[in-house]
Formats: sequence, structure tokens, C-alpha cells
Amino acid sequence: MRKNLNVIAAYSIMMGLIILVGIFQSWNIALSIFNLCLISAVMTMGANIQWGYAGLINFGIMGYTALGGLAAVLISVDPVQEAWSAGGFDILTSLLIIVVMILTINFVLKRYEKSKFRTYSIAAIIVAGIVIIRITAEPGIEAIEAIDPAKTGFLGGLGLPIVFSWIVGALFAGGLAFVIGKVALGLRADYLAIATLLISEIVIAIIKHEDWLTRGVKNVIGLKRPAPYEVDLQTTDWFINLVEKFNSGKLALISDLADRQAALNQLIIEGSSIFVKLCYSGLFLVVVIILLILTQKALYSPWGRMMRAIRDNEEAANAMGKNVVKQHLLIFVLGSAIVGIAGAMLVTQDGLFTPGSYRPMRYTFLIWVMVIVGGSGNNFGAILGGFAVWFLWIEAAPIALFLINLTTSGLADTHFLKIHLVESVPYFRFLMMGIGLLLIMRYRPKGILPEKIEIK
Amino acid sequence: MDFLNAIILLLNYIFVPALAYGSQLALGAIFVTLIYGILRFANFATGDMMSFGTMFTILFTWYFQSLGISLGVLPTALLAIPFAVIFMISYMLLVDKFVFKYYRTNKSPPVQLAMVSIGVMFVTQAVVRIIIGPSDRRFFDGEKFIIKAGEFKEITGLNEGLAIKSTQVITVIVTMVLVSTLFWFLNKTKTGKSMRAYSDNEDLALLSGIDPKKIVMITWIIAGILATIGGALYGLDKSFKPFTYFNNMLPIFAAAIVGGIGNPFGAFLGGYVIAFSEILLTYAYRKFFMYVLPESMEPDSLVQLLSTDYKFAVSFSILVIVLLYRPSGIFKGKVL
Repeated sequence: MRKNLNVIAAYSIMMGLIILVGIFQSWNIALSIFNLCLISAVMTMGANIQWGYAGLINFGIMGYTALGGLAAVLISVDPVQEAWSAGGFDILTSLLIIVVMILTINFVLKRYEKSKFRTYSIAAIIVAGIVIIRITAEPGIEAIEAIDPAKTGFLGGLGLPIVFSWIVGALFAGGLAFVIGKVALGLRADYLAIATLLISEIVIAIIKHEDWLTRGVKNVIGLKRPAPYEVDLQTTDWFINLVEKFNSGKLALISDLADRQAALNQLIIEGSSIFVKLCYSGLFLVVVIILLILTQKALYSPWGRMMRAIRDNEEAANAMGKNVVKQHLLIFVLGSAIVGIAGAMLVTQDGLFTPGSYRPMRYTFLIWVMVIVGGSGNNFGAILGGFAVWFLWIEAAPIALFLINLTTSGLADTHFLKIHLVESVPYFRFLMMGIGLLLIMRYRPKGILPEKIEIK
Repeated sequence: MDFLNAIILLLNYIFVPALAYGSQLALGAIFVTLIYGILRFANFATGDMMSFGTMFTILFTWYFQSLGISLGVLPTALLAIPFAVIFMISYMLLVDKFVFKYYRTNKSPPVQLAMVSIGVMFVTQAVVRIIIGPSDRRFFDGEKFIIKAGEFKEITGLNEGLAIKSTQVITVIVTMVLVSTLFWFLNKTKTGKSMRAYSDNEDLALLSGIDPKKIVMITWIIAGILATIGGALYGLDKSFKPFTYFNNMLPIFAAAIVGGIGNPFGAFLGGYVIAFSEILLTYAYRKFFMYVLPESMEPDSLVQLLSTDYKFAVSFSILVIVLLYRPSGIFKGKVL
């Protein structure tokens, strides 16, 4: 109990802060912060597995998040029949060509010794493949994008419940990580960081501009929900009764019947959006708890010990007969898959997929701040980091506004400096993140909840 | 005649823009490579430091404009750059003193320094946005074109015009002067030689009496000059927007690594490699083939290898290929 005291204390403070937001701002805001905290926690756990367990830097988090989001679209949206009949055949042919290309390259890699000839022939295969794909896919893509471009203009998805996409998102992200890992894991740490950052930019570029698959910057809106819709709830009897029961004390104070009905309606509207958010919180909480149990088990398993050994001394682990390359690849795939789940969860919660919103500051560097602040190598730390940093990210603007008003209280409201500062309030969050990261790196380099390994 | 037209077309749409863009990238890449070679970490704050310097250039330009000072046909920004450089260098030295120095003296691993540079990136980005705001700003004044497309057509009688913007010429000239001075400094002066020695082998350099504090300071000074001028030239040529500068970090990194990180000359050429390949691969060659080929063989499609949307993706793909087949870069930098 004693040794877990700081964990419990840190989590209680965090929950207390969110409850304070609920009391002072609104429960709606508090719950949306809480939900995004949960999603951030999942992302952070993914990055933490790679960095904390194995010491791999992955700056490609944005790419895996976007792939998870793409999975949500491809699973839940109903298929667009006309698009399939217009260009489906061409797209499927191109897919087949890609598969053939990969198989040929694999064959060449296996069959021939490493030589200039092999390198050039692989390059030739890739170039020829790209040219053939462009020629076959072009008419199909044009046909697909021409179908009702304002509404569809893409192939659509499978029309399955969106929750399945959480698994598919993990598979997509894991698959991408496998390819990247094969290519880039041999690089030195900071090169791996740069390479993954750039590769994730390529992924985003593809998602943004391949309209036939993702609708690109036209966005996909109105995705199916795993939770009920507010409008439906507001007309459901049991929900109205529930709200009435909850607020019976408050309602009893209003004597006028019409006023009471108006107040009740207001409460139902508020209550329905809170209820929906609570549904999401429940779903997300389940994911976080499952992941937490799994990662904790893994951390204390022989496999976890091996990972730490590899992290702390690669050569020694290698000499003990551990396959460092294989384990690095495995953990790279696992961590990225978790990030993919988070990406799908994010799109599920928002109900829309906006490729233009994936930016490295928000989806890569912020997640890294969470990992470092929370405590790398410690799953509880990672979750706490996700919570604390996201909370600060959202509440930074109000805090900054308060501080600005406090420090410039001597100035008139029309003073140009004050107006300028108040206008630039949104950017103070970057300042706080940066200073927070620098302070933690300097004075508590292992994070708020440092890694603690006990041998049981 | 058609052949001449084709050449002018390529000059106008590929060679001139790529040369200017490449020079801007090259300055940034030398900045990255110097920091990497001497201070030994990948500086993720590169793009934002460049935007910090450009911000001061803009502020001074506005100040001079309000005083009525101008350079006539040349942009006022040229006058503002030296003052901005001073601010940039002092900011960098401050950051180094309060942030990087601690990790350097503790001999932290490069990864940790890279993480710290992310903190610096956040702070710098915030400072820039708080002071000047996130919006797009143009601060170019003076004569815009050296040759206009229409004038060129009249003079030569060709169908294709060649437009050369004054910012493009300024960019190339300033880059050449700056880079040749830098190489002269690194190769001929005693301080430059000691910098290279320090970059090659820190312990040996210390043994032979080189003062590391002085080396670090000079590195930051050169870095400040490069960052401000590179950023200001980019801003003059296109426009200043903090987010674009942050994104420019990526092709700059690509240029530095392609050229062989730690090798300033490689970084210089790497900038052009990235710029030319980006533009060459995304240009639609239809018109070019219309001039060169006989009428019967004219292409129907745009003859564009990749759509311009994938401009960035091109440079990153080059980087990935280089990392795979020649991890030390084309011109042999440090072996990774």
C-alpha cells in the first residue's frame, strides 16, 4: 500500500481536477476532457511500450493514429454501390498488382545474393509497378471520384459496427509498423526518430490525397456510433423518467407547471449529451483497463524482463542469445497497434474523419510530452501523463487568460499590450507544454511516476 | 525554335524555382548539420528557430518602414536581417545556457538532447505565435521582378516567357556569399579548423587545447546567422507563416541526412538534391513534350510522375532510400 501511495495520490489529484472542472465549468466539458484523456492514455501506453520497455523512439504516432481513424471509416461507412461498380474492378486489379509486386520483390530478395544487380532489379520492379498501377487505377479512380462528389465520391466501407474498427485499426497500424520496422529499425536512435516522423508525413499525405479511399480533405462525416443519439434519447420515456428522478429535488422547487416542464426539457437536453459521453467513457475505460492489465502482465513476465535487458544493454542481451532485431520489431508493431486502437477510438468519438487535422504537433509531439511527463517505462505513469498533459492542454487557455488578467490588471482594458496578449491566449498552451517538458526533463528526468521494477 | 522554347519552359518552371528553394533548404540543412556535428544532437527546433529569426526580420522591417527607411529597389528586409541576427544569436545563446548546457556537461545521450530540443521547439513556437500571431505575412517590398515573362517574350520573340523574381536572385547570391564565407572560415581559419577537429573527435580536440566553450559559442553564432538568413530568404520569396516553417523542418532534415549529416558541404548540396527532385518529379511535362516531340507523338495526359500533393513525400522517400542503401549520406557524413 505504502509504495503505491504516490500513484494513488497522483490519480486522486487528477480525478479531483476533472471533478472541479465539472463543478465550475460544466459536466459536459469535464466528460469530454475525461474521454480525450482516456484516448490520450491509450496512445501514451502505445508509445510507452516502445520507448519505456524497449528504448525505441517512434515519432510516427500521427501516422498510426490516422490509420486507426481510416479503419473506423472503412469499417463503419456503408459501401457505395455505384462507386464499386464504376471503379471497383480497376482498384481491385491494382491491389492484385501490388500483391504480385511484393511477392516478386520478396522472391528476388530470397533468390539472389546481395548485389548491385539485385538492387537495380528491385528498383526496376518498383518503378514498373508504379507505372502499371497508375495506368490501371487512373480511370477507376476518376470514375469513383466522379460519383456524387459532394456526398460520396469514394468506395465507402463495409457497413459494420464501428467498434470492430478498433481491432482493425490496430491491425492496420501494426501492419504499417511492420513495414517501417523492417526498413528503419536498424537506424540509430535519433535517425529512427527522424525517419519515422517523415514516414508518418507520407502516410498523412496519402490519406489526404487519395480521395477514392478516404474522401481526402473533403472529410467523412456522420459516422455510425456505438452509443445512442442525443435526439433519440430526448424522446425516450425511460430516459426522461431517469432525468426527472435525478433532479426531482430541483424540479419540486419550481411551482409553475409550464416552468417546470421547460426546466425539465433543458435538463433532458443537457442530460442526453452527458449520457452519451458517459457511454463513450465506459467503452474507453474498458479498453484502457484491458490494455493496462495486459501491459502490466507483460512488464512482469519473462518477456518484459528480456525487453528491459535488451533496452539496458543490447550487446549483453544479444550475447545471451536473445534475438534483438526480432524483439525490437515485435515491440514496435505492438506499440503501434495500440496507437492504432486509439486512433480508431478518437474517430469513433468524434463521429468524423478529418485527414487535414492530423498534425505532428498534436499527434506526435504532444503524445511524447505525455510519455516523458508521465514516466517512461511505467504504465500507470503513462496513463497519468496522458491525463495530466491533456488536461493542461485544454485548460491552458483559461489559466493563461487568468494569469494575463492578473499581471496586466494595472493596464487599461484598451491597452494594446493587453489586447494583444488576450488575443494570443490559445498559443500559451504551447508555452506551458514546452516549459513543462523542459522542467520535467531537467529536474525529474524519469517522469512524475518513475519506472519501478520489483522482482516478485 | 521549339527546342529553345522547351528549354526556357524548364528554366522558368523548374530550374529557377528549384535553385531558390534549394538555397533556402541548404542554409537550413547546414544549420542542422553544424548542430549535429558539433553539439551532437538532432535539433527538432530547427524550423521554429528559423521562424523566430524571420519574425525579428519582419519586426525590424516594419520599424524601418515606419521610419521611412528603404533600400529602393531592394527589399527593406535586407537591412533588417543584421539586427534580427543579433536577436537570434542572443536567443540561441540564452537557450543554450539555460537548457542545452546542462545536458552537454552531463554527457547525456543524444536522444535526451533531441527530446529537450522538442521542449525548446514548443517554447519557441509559442513565443513566435504570441508575438506575431499565426497568420500569413508578406514583408517583401521593392522591385518584384528582374525579368517579367512578357518582357522576356518581347525581347527574344519566343513563345515561352522567363520570369525571374528579384527574391530568387537575392536568395541565390546571398546563399553563395554566405556559404563560401562559411567554408572559407571552416577550412582556412584556426577557429574553423578547431571546430572541425572538435566535430571529428571531441577527446583529441580537448587534449590539444581547444576550448569547448568557445567552439559551442561560435557554433551557435553561425547557426543563428544561418537560421535567420535562411528563414528570412524563404519568407521573402514565399511568405512567412509559423506553421509552414515548422513543416519546412522536415525537408531540411532530409537534405541534411541525404548530404551526410555532420558534413556541411554535403548538407549544402543535399538542399539542392531535395529541391530539384521535389520539383522535377511533380512537374507536369506535357507542354515540354509538345515542344520537343513531333505533333503526331504529343502526349494526351499531363505526363506528371506524381501529383504536386506528394511534394513532401518525394523528399522523404529519397531520404528513406538513402538511409537504406547509404546510411552515411551521399557525401559521407558521420556513419550512423
